[in-house]
Amino acid sequence: MAESPFKADIERVQKEYSEKMTPGAIAVIPGSSVINKTGSWRVFMPEFNRDKCVRCYLCYIYCPEPAIYLDEENYPVFDYDYCKGCGVCANECPTDAIIMVRETK
Amino acid sequence: MPIRKVMKANEAAAWAAKLAKPKVIAAFPITPSTLVPEKISEFVADGELDAEFIKVESEHSAISACVGASAAGVRTFTATASQGLALMHEILFIAAGMRLPIVIAVGNRALSAPINIWNDWQDTISERDTGWLQFYAENNQEALDLILIAYKVAENEKVLLPAMVGFDAFILTHTVEPVEIPDQELVDEFLGEYEPKYAYLDPARPVTQGTLAFPAHYMEARYTVWEANENARKVIDEAFAEFEKKFGRKYQKIEEYRTDDAEIIFVTMGSLAGTVKEYVDHLREQGIKVGVAKMTVYRPFPIEEVRALAKKAKVLALLEKNVTFSVGGALFQDFSRALINESEKPKIVDFILGLGGRDVTFKDLDEALAIAQKALNGEAVDEVNWIGLRKEIL
Repeated sequence: MAESPFKADIERVQKEYSEKMTPGAIAVIPGSSVINKTGSWRVFMPEFNRDKCVRCYLCYIYCPEPAIYLDEENYPVFDYDYCKGCGVCANECPTDAIIMVRETK
Repeated sequence: MPIRKVMKANEAAAWAAKLAKPKVIAAFPITPSTLVPEKISEFVADGELDAEFIKVESEHSAISACVGASAAGVRTFTATASQGLALMHEILFIAAGMRLPIVIAVGNRALSAPINIWNDWQDTISERDTGWLQFYAENNQEALDLILIAYKVAENEKVLLPAMVGFDAFILTHTVEPVEIPDQELVDEFLGEYEPKYAYLDPARPVTQGTLAFPAHYMEARYTVWEANENARKVIDEAFAEFEKKFGRKYQKIEEYRTDDAEIIFVTMGSLAGTVKEYVDHLREQGIKVGVAKMTVYRPFPIEEVRALAKKAKVLALLEKNVTFSVGGALFQDFSRALINESEKPKIVDFILGLGGRDVTFKDLDEALAIAQKALNGEAVDEVNWIGLRKEIL
């Protein structure tokens, strides 16, 4: 999997994120979502077949998270840290380049 | 110069809100506090109060709007009673947990069923564990003053907790009394502008409020609410002292009346304190050593003051307009907690009376006194006694 383009942000937040409790438990540094991963409760995961992909970007547009970004050749890249396995991308894909498969360890 | 006007406690609460200059008021009318938002909407419509008045479709929305506005960083106000306060219940926890200094005026009213619009304290008492500060007014003047004090305490940096001020349904809400309306300039000096330190919206300083907390953080977040409640004890004393200096009216967490040589001290809250003061005067004429202690502040519970009070009396007779089922009244629970580890403690006898607007008369108080005197003489009495109960229809 390609490296997340947010790597620098993640490192910055991890460094700056205060462990101290604020009044009202306010998160004073924005971007805590880059350290709190939300893809852990996924049951099905999208599996991508590059050969079938026509680079229409529908998956990229429809991903509600958004956990899909595009690589240098404009092929979709799935960020499994945040993908919740909703299957919208697979449903929208006109060429069946994305199929949902059961998540296995 | 402060002006004196004859008004109901509802109007006094509206005046207090006007003087405090909240920027957002969201309220849903409910008996007996309907007049509070009505009066405030008049102030806003007439241009006397520069605020956004949000008409909402329920109390749940009213407090939610206040939470939103307060989280954005402005002073907010609302009023409610009874089922309305109960409908706010889940958001009350959120307001306290998010440390938003919202102030609510509550016309203390009984809870259904059966439906009853008259006075007891069950509504606010039921919200005692939400983290909110609680004040109880004896008369219309106190309703006005305590709302101003509530803002002062709530917005203190060491506290930052929401506060509710209760005044008895109909006994105060709809009864006219002369009320002194303090000068706007003095109130401005007393309260100052609300400047939120943490909870406010600013695009240049993005924060997340009302966050999710995993088990690793939730307990600490709750502890900070506990800590803020503890801090409030001192801050309330300071606010009372400053209020007295500025406006000349003295408040104490527990106001004592003729307690110095009293053997029996009646403890009560709200407007009932006025009745019991009269009653005590009447008993003193007969040479009976009794006194009254009025709880002006119920949350944070004034533990030290209760312990000091307990040293003065042989019997503490708690007069309560609320029920905590299978225990007695809420005060009974709190007094027991405050005194349980004291080496010398008075007898505590609990009286439940005046529920749902039932008049508390001298005859009822005689009944309570007789039981308290039995306890004083060392005779066995019930710990919890329902006074004025019509046994013949049970």
